[in-house]
Amino acid sequence: METSLNNTTIFKNGLWDNNTALVQLLGLCPLLAVTGSMINGLGLGIATTFVLVGSNITVSLIRKHIPKEIRIPIFVMLIASFVTNVQLLMNAFTYELYLVLGIFIPLIVTNCAIIGRAEAFASKNKLLPSFVDGLGQGIGFTLVLMLLGGFREFVGQGTILDGAHLLFGEWARDLTIHFYITEQKFLLAVLPPGAFIGLGLLIAFKNKISH
Amino acid sequence: MANINDDNKTNSQSMKRSIISNGMILGLFALVSTGLIVVTHLLTKDKIAKEIELSLVRQLTQIVASENYNNEVYQDCIIVNDHDLLGSKDDQKVYRMRNNGSNFGLMITTVAPDGYSGKINIALAISNEGNILGANILSHQETPGLGDKIERSKSDWVNQFNGLSLKQLDKKKWQVKKDGGQFDGLTGATITPRAVVKAVYKTLQFVELRNKELFSQTSNCSLPKDSVSESSVSKDSISESSVSKGSRSGNSNNGN
Repeated sequence: METSLNNTTIFKNGLWDNNTALVQLLGLCPLLAVTGSMINGLGLGIATTFVLVGSNITVSLIRKHIPKEIRIPIFVMLIASFVTNVQLLMNAFTYELYLVLGIFIPLIVTNCAIIGRAEAFASKNKLLPSFVDGLGQGIGFTLVLMLLGGFREFVGQGTILDGAHLLFGEWARDLTIHFYITEQKFLLAVLPPGAFIGLGLLIAFKNKISH
Repeated sequence: MANINDDNKTNSQSMKRSIISNGMILGLFALVSTGLIVVTHLLTKDKIAKEIELSLVRQLTQIVASENYNNEVYQDCIIVNDHDLLGSKDDQKVYRMRNNGSNFGLMITTVAPDGYSGKINIALAISNEGNILGANILSHQETPGLGDKIERSKSDWVNQFNGLSLKQLDKKKWQVKKDGGQFDGLTGATITPRAVVKAVYKTLQFVELRNKELFSQTSNCSLPKDSVSESSVSKDSISESSVSKGSRSGNSNNGN
């Protein structure tokens, strides 16, 4: 059964109507753990999008050769092996980037959004729509991560884009915007409870706009 | 009767067949995906080990200005192990800095085993006379916003060790101010600075005890030749950018 959505709709679904974090509420474990700052959010977002696109493409390519009964364990193996390979390759060839993004990569395995997309979309669709779906869902997830990270960073320590040089290199040090200076960080926002509260606010806000 | 039996038989036979074929497919996928990981692992193993080593050396060279020594520090290194004074059962590394053959100082890796959330890995540069040239936190899992101020990129807390030695400072003074010593603590984090100060003190003791031996022992853990030429080229360009990157690797793990 092939769903016949056009690519724009699929992409928009990922960004808004069926957003991973705000609507499906998937991938919350890594989301809550790393959104202490906007740049951390962006880092996890990039890594997740990469794996999501890769696993969607792979699953879509082999979807006709997988018996229905054992598709889930096969997806799990595919994704785990994909993530591990990406981690090893990054560690070996882009070591500096790995030091920054590396901690996020194992978190992706715990992200049920990936297997969710493999099962709900890629296993039923052709290559191109699966690719678009992976990209849309990934970018939608990244945006939520950045918003939540930015919110917590702003409330917690009065900055936005702190640590941008870790991702973009030395020139990005100047990107950091200081709104106010605090001696003591606002810990409720910095530590995990802040993520729950922030996510709750974001979801409420999205529902308000949608309805 | 005979009919039902036949049905059952074909049913269980087709069931058996599908179990076997599914099992085979599953096994095949397991083999392929594990095989892929094995291949990638074998291909990248050496490269990764080299990168880790290089980044450690980079971290170490950052804390001492490179004019002070002119030997290839990368190739002048020994392995030491002292559970009591260096805080870990694992091997630690000592890089020797020499200037035209005379001993300038050591760069030693050490561990504070009693951080607030686990081990804190530290690199310490100590001059031949026993003065601290500089300290760097290599990795840790302390609380973001509180204990993580020990990182050079977050605050200059770690600089207060510079220039100190065992001779200059009484044993009692090697503690945080709260405990009667001379080192600043960190607001909201008591355990972290305590652990680091203690580890630095013990490492100084270790170096004092074995100073001669540390300098004279034959180098036995140097990097392979080919990577050294690479690293000496890039030595200056990376020294600045990698300051915070390395120490960051442990920190964001919090909250998992």
